Amino acid sequence: MSTTLKFTALLLALSLCRGLRHDYIDNYIDNYIDEVTEEEAELVAQPSKYGSLWPLPQKVQLSEVSFKLTSSSFRIVDAKDSTAGPSCSLLQDAYRRYYEYMFGIAKRQQLNKGRRTGPSELTELQVWITSPDSECDSYPSLTSDESCESLPHSYHLHRVAGIQLVYEDEYGAKSINSTTISDFPRFAHRGILLDSSRHFLPIKVILANLETMAMNKINVFHWHIVDDQSFPYLSRTFPQLSQQGAYHPYTHVYTPADVKMVIEFARLRGIRVIPEFDTPGHTQSWGKGQPDLLTPCYSGSKPSGTFGPVNPILNTTYDFMSQFFKEISAVFPDAYVHLGGDEVDFTCWKSNPDIQKFMDQQGFGQDYSKLESFYIQKLLDIVTTTEKGYTIWQEVFDNGVKLKPDTLIHVWKGNQQQYQNEMANVTSSGYRTLLSTPWYLNRISYGQDWQGHYKADPQDFKGTEAQKKLVIGGEACLWGEYVDATNLTPRLWPRASAVAERLWSAKDVTDINDAFSRLSVHRCRMVDRGIPAEPLFSSYCPHEYKGI
Amino acid sequence: MVRSGRYTRLNVYLLILSVLQLNLHTVEGVWPLPQAFTSSTERYPLNPQAFYFGYGRQSAAQQGCSVLDSAFRRYFSLIFPDYTDGRLHFSQYKPFTVEVSIDHDDCEGYPNEDSSERYNLSVSAGQASLKAETVWGALRGLETFSQLVYQNDFAYYRTLLMLNFPRFQFRGILLDTSRHYLPVQAILKTLDAMAYSKFNVFHWHIVDDPSFPYQSSSFPDLSSKGAFHPMTHIYTQSDVRRVISHARLWGIRVLPEFDSPGHTTSWGKGQPGLLTPCYNGGTPSGTFGPVNPALPSTYQFMARLFKEVSSVFPDSYIHLGGDEVDFSCWKSNPDVRAFMQKMGFGSDFTKLEAFYMENIVNITSALNKTSIVWQDVFDYHERIPKDTVLHIWKGIPAKYQEELSRITKAGMRVLLAAPWYINHISYGQDWRNYYTVQPQNFSGTEEQKKLVIGGEVCMWGEYVDATNLSPRLWPRASAAAERLWSDEKQTSNVDKAFPRLQDFRCKLLRRGIQAEPLYVGHCKHEYQGV
Repeated sequence: MSTTLKFTALLLALSLCRGLRHDYIDNYIDNYIDEVTEEEAELVAQPSKYGSLWPLPQKVQLSEVSFKLTSSSFRIVDAKDSTAGPSCSLLQDAYRRYYEYMFGIAKRQQLNKGRRTGPSELTELQVWITSPDSECDSYPSLTSDESCESLPHSYHLHRVAGIQLVYEDEYGAKSINSTTISDFPRFAHRGILLDSSRHFLPIKVILANLETMAMNKINVFHWHIVDDQSFPYLSRTFPQLSQQGAYHPYTHVYTPADVKMVIEFARLRGIRVIPEFDTPGHTQSWGKGQPDLLTPCYSGSKPSGTFGPVNPILNTTYDFMSQFFKEISAVFPDAYVHLGGDEVDFTCWKSNPDIQKFMDQQGFGQDYSKLESFYIQKLLDIVTTTEKGYTIWQEVFDNGVKLKPDTLIHVWKGNQQQYQNEMANVTSSGYRTLLSTPWYLNRISYGQDWQGHYKADPQDFKGTEAQKKLVIGGEACLWGEYVDATNLTPRLWPRASAVAERLWSAKDVTDINDAFSRLSVHRCRMVDRGIPAEPLFSSYCPHEYKGI
Repeated sequence: MVRSGRYTRLNVYLLILSVLQLNLHTVEGVWPLPQAFTSSTERYPLNPQAFYFGYGRQSAAQQGCSVLDSAFRRYFSLIFPDYTDGRLHFSQYKPFTVEVSIDHDDCEGYPNEDSSERYNLSVSAGQASLKAETVWGALRGLETFSQLVYQNDFAYYRTLLMLNFPRFQFRGILLDTSRHYLPVQAILKTLDAMAYSKFNVFHWHIVDDPSFPYQSSSFPDLSSKGAFHPMTHIYTQSDVRRVISHARLWGIRVLPEFDSPGHTTSWGKGQPGLLTPCYNGGTPSGTFGPVNPALPSTYQFMARLFKEVSSVFPDSYIHLGGDEVDFSCWKSNPDVRAFMQKMGFGSDFTKLEAFYMENIVNITSALNKTSIVWQDVFDYHERIPKDTVLHIWKGIPAKYQEELSRITKAGMRVLLAAPWYINHISYGQDWRNYYTVQPQNFSGTEEQKKLVIGGEVCMWGEYVDATNLSPRLWPRASAAAERLWSDEKQTSNVDKAFPRLQDFRCKLLRRGIQAEPLYVGHCKHEYQGV
């Protein structure tokens, strides 16, 4: 008799929660259908059987059995055999973070006081690090194993993973369904580029976005830290670069302490920080603090007073670069550095008589891409001595610069057909590659453009299986011409979440209706966690954004 | 004929000012650009400890005037953003007084369509004199004064003489709280920013198909069943009062829109029998169309609802919607068809819509409200009252001129929104398109041109909620604000506007408004949120 009763109670709780949840999603769909006339693609969204999981794990088995979670009794603990213990502060910090995500801060916990633990309650999440080295105190790398498995009463994971199975009914009670998940990323490099040169981004907004990247299992922060417009990186070796080249030498710079904070904050969330110091073009701001680094442009026979790309014919240029990249390789622990190399304008080089003379001496004729190659080649040699791998924009490859075989080629140009051809070319030459072309998220348009981002697949190009394997991932780029702290976060999320799922989940996860349903709830989860992620369409979140 | 009187006085001032040398570049800190002014080049420091607002001796309003007393407090903080504890010590105290004088004591009233926003501002060493007919004009003058103060580490001012007044009387922003619920805080913040750009009408598109967040005291089921959530996603009567009173203190009118007969899906949830049941062959399909115009109960309901709305919202205008009515459901319904027969409408459903709208307009006329309707209504009616305002939203991008021409030719007043659908975003500097609109550039007589009462920036809510509202609205809406306030000839060059608007957007940031950048660059004080 008592068993029957218990069973009923459990079942009731389950149907109540699910009923209410569906009601919320149904409302949402009604509204969606009402408005759909204006839309290009007609989504007929059903609540996903995967609830709000985003990005979708590789293998999920859901059961109807549900457990209650209460803040007073629930704990996240190290499994007995885990190779990480209480001394692993990375995990301890993560436990606390995810506990707070699930239960909120102190105020909400009051509700659950004095409640006894029942049999249908989940009280523990055990985290079991299985590899001999937990990597607690090291930095994530391109080869880090990010796979994890979860079983009803234990949770094995290698890296920090999201807790998205928990859901809330209208009374604020939390539940979780019995679930088995075995998960790993499809691509090892899942990045977001932020541009802190066109507009300075205060540290706070960078950290908030690292936090959000972790919620979306993005694992690379590509920091496009300097460019033509400003040089906010405070270099210890060359402090005049930011002193002269930043928008403001004190309020618009990243000090060594700032950079350290970003790197550690990212590390604790399993995110790599790859800095980009783009040369020889995109360097106007460098010239202000480093005289003679840039090429003086000529108007007729006289210097015009303006400057072009880095001057590739002076030894002082390479001395500077050696010292500079020595510092960079020490400051940024990641094994890779991004060297840029895009959009080099040859007109200034052409105007300069010293450069012309040098071209003649070297036998380059009028082929300025040979001069570019000359520069890049020397730069790559410099960076190689710092024992860093490097990523470069596709032009460097296109211009035929000799590259080390482990160079990463970053594809960003062209339309769909062009970038697919480029991916085929790069990989047939044996280089590893990274795709960004379809994910220039700074380009905005009216409507649900996330669908386009979602549909692009980095392995869709003509090539062998071996070639496909050379695609190590992709990056969503948020260039900064029109973006600063005021609009960065809502412009990036949840649009970048679409890219995150493409790069994490299995190739065949392409159901756009299912994605719409899960992403809608996922965006509300981000909002609930204080992130102003913008809406996908007419709808509501149980807890609207309040940070106005 | 108050108008002609005003214009005579105005011309005298213009004459005086045109004699003085007009120097545009010294007042580049003010957005939107004032009508006429002249200023000196030397500047004087302003000291927060010796800065006072006061009422002129001849002023009809004196201390105790709620609108101005609260404006003084507000603008003190805006002028001295770094002033916190009053313990700053300056070597010398040269007092500065802003003396405000107004002709009419309308301190406890609401701004309305006839409210003068004209003011004269003269700043000399040690004092400023601000004269306006109404407190609403004084508010605009205080806003201008606050923008004139330089904020380079310390506050400075220049002496100046200014005459300012809006080109159009109606300068509005539409927010849509149905497609997404906007927390009251987001609305209040928008009202603040509106005042900074001298907008004076908040068009509250409060309900629509997706949700009904307005909590009606007569029909509480409308929000308890039609809101996204009956407790957390509604505007209570006190929320609405708070919005209206906040707007009043900023000199902003609140124009509510209860759009019918289309766009009413959410109404049907809490008011059974209101919407038309759609038929599939001979049986009801279970779905509903527009409001059912064939039932007397519909008009009884509307009369009660609008009676409530008329008393809750003090403005003398009310927006009745009337756009995008889909006839297919009406056509499917046998009772509606029978009603058509009875009324002799044949199969012309536009006549049915006209019949409905006339009834609604009559209801609100009886409540002493003037109606604003979307332009769709014009196409079907000759019998709406002549004082009804037609709201132009069609013809994007360039054909709205034809609509303006056609409707003003019939002698109707119009409000232009078509070129300012600011929810439509694109890559780059689209504010330039909003800036270069010429609202009166259509074929028509001078009389027709005068029928353009103003314009409105619309932020429809399909893709907008509190997460992205502010950066999407500002400073793009400010471009339209200058078009609606300033002289068109003086502000015809968009490239000249660019650096001014960049400065203004930094000013908005300094005031805590999350205004997005126009292009690369920086502000001294960047936005510190996320």
